[in-house]
Amino acid sequence: MKLAELASLIRSKNAGPFILTFDIMFPDDESYLRVKSSGVLTIARFAELFRCQEKHVLFFECDNARAFKFSIPRPIVQGNLGDGDMHGGQQFIPLMDIEVP
Amino acid sequence: MTAVNEIRYVAATGALGVGVDAEALDQSLDLRPHFIASDAGTTDAGPFALGSGTAAFPREAVKRDLARVLIASRKANIPALIGSAGTAGGDPHVGWVLDIAREIAEENNLSLRTAVIRSEQNPDYLLGLYREGRVRALDAAPDIDEAVFARSARIVGMMGVEPLQAALEGGADFVLAGRCSDPALFAALPILRGFPQGLAWHAGKVTECGTMACEGRHGGVITATVRQHEVILRPVGAGLRCTPQSIAAHSLYENAHPYLHKECSGTLDLTRSKYTAIDDVSVRITDSAFIPSSDYTVKLEGAELVGYQSIMIGGIRDPFILRRLDPWLAEVKTYIYGAVERVLLLSPSQWTLSVHVYGRNAVMGRLEPDASDMPHEVGIVVEATAATQDLATKAAQLARQPFLHHGAPEWTSGTTSFACLHNPAHIDRGPVYRFNLNHVAVPRTRMEMFRTEFVQLGRPPR
Repeated sequence: MKLAELASLIRSKNAGPFILTFDIMFPDDESYLRVKSSGVLTIARFAELFRCQEKHVLFFECDNARAFKFSIPRPIVQGNLGDGDMHGGQQFIPLMDIEVP
Repeated sequence: MTAVNEIRYVAATGALGVGVDAEALDQSLDLRPHFIASDAGTTDAGPFALGSGTAAFPREAVKRDLARVLIASRKANIPALIGSAGTAGGDPHVGWVLDIAREIAEENNLSLRTAVIRSEQNPDYLLGLYREGRVRALDAAPDIDEAVFARSARIVGMMGVEPLQAALEGGADFVLAGRCSDPALFAALPILRGFPQGLAWHAGKVTECGTMACEGRHGGVITATVRQHEVILRPVGAGLRCTPQSIAAHSLYENAHPYLHKECSGTLDLTRSKYTAIDDVSVRITDSAFIPSSDYTVKLEGAELVGYQSIMIGGIRDPFILRRLDPWLAEVKTYIYGAVERVLLLSPSQWTLSVHVYGRNAVMGRLEPDASDMPHEVGIVVEATAATQDLATKAAQLARQPFLHHGAPEWTSGTTSFACLHNPAHIDRGPVYRFNLNHVAVPRTRMEMFRTEFVQLGRPPR
């Protein structure tokens, strides 16, 4: 099953002008724990999908919110020439197709 | 002041100008709140507001919302606090909202003893701190040197609770603050009255976005009750509910770290926070901690002028061009840079030509996983950025012909390759700014970066 089919919300957003943060949320403990125990969400996988160095990726498993969070430095600072997503809201797409066993 | 066993407050909206639910706000006064507050700013819209000294919302929208807040606060005889005035919280932004507030007070026969707290920073003052090692980089900060302060169009410092508390102790009916930590607006009074910092900051963190922390429909207001051992969050408005998960999830929103939130005087730590449902719509928070820091730090936000911009919008449908779009664009760009150098005497290093290809990778740029899939048409935004509007406009004008007439080798002669959307094809965008600081200042005293002035708005006090 793909992550987008299990999650209730996958989103990206600026965390200030210099950081991009990604939240993956679930409707119930079952789906959250299924993804957590599968081990498909890792810093290495994220760094590969978002073409950045692993040392720049923060990753959190937030049990009380049934959520995973990744944060990375923005590839282009918000509003700098070349930035095409001022609010950082449309950067989560590569996460949607992650296969969850 | 007699001791109180709890502080109750109302967060009127997540952003002044987006809308205040007047009916819910009026209903929330039944809670007998000690204050009403609302955040009015953000960097989310981009660097233009800070750089240009203007707001991201129309005056009419801010006036409508501010009037609702001020009228409700006078009706209940409690203070109103507005933070990060006018989107960016610089001096022109504060002046703009102050002018709106004065108009509201006069039109509604209100009397407002107003504390105006300005947070725009003097570049020479910041340079002095920098030379003393009192400006520190945060994660992913751009490299800076001494020149950054004078080069900036505007720099603001993000205040914590202390200037707000001083304003409240000074008897303000209305606190109008420049750039301000969003949760500080809500934490100032509870902390001043002796409630635990962890709970006070956490309540502020949840409520600063208004009812966004709730499930259900839009609108309504959110209220908080801060006590010694718990915070109670309760929305006002039909169909709205706080749930343990909605509140826990909101603490993740727009923050790099889900549990640690840095403020001037320390760090809010939500690692051990517990969320429990009280009823269908209310949630209790306990066990939130605040770790005081040894240094008092003030986050800086700065914007500097990049240049002036003209853009051109159009599209390409010809499959012969689309199947070799990257080399085609590279050829066109090379031609335009050459033409601008010949005609305007601007070398490629003196201006910037950016091309965004919608339908392909304009949204994700180099992160786009499917950039090799070519659609049947693409939308193209061409941006010319130069030191003056005159040069940017002329560079955009010089860009049109190469886009139109750089053909495809499959056709024997003269096709028109680019479908312009407008006439004239270019649109002048004016000044363009960029964020240039992700740093904190370490002031010598807690209050020196903020300037408070008391003014009377509307009719004289009785």
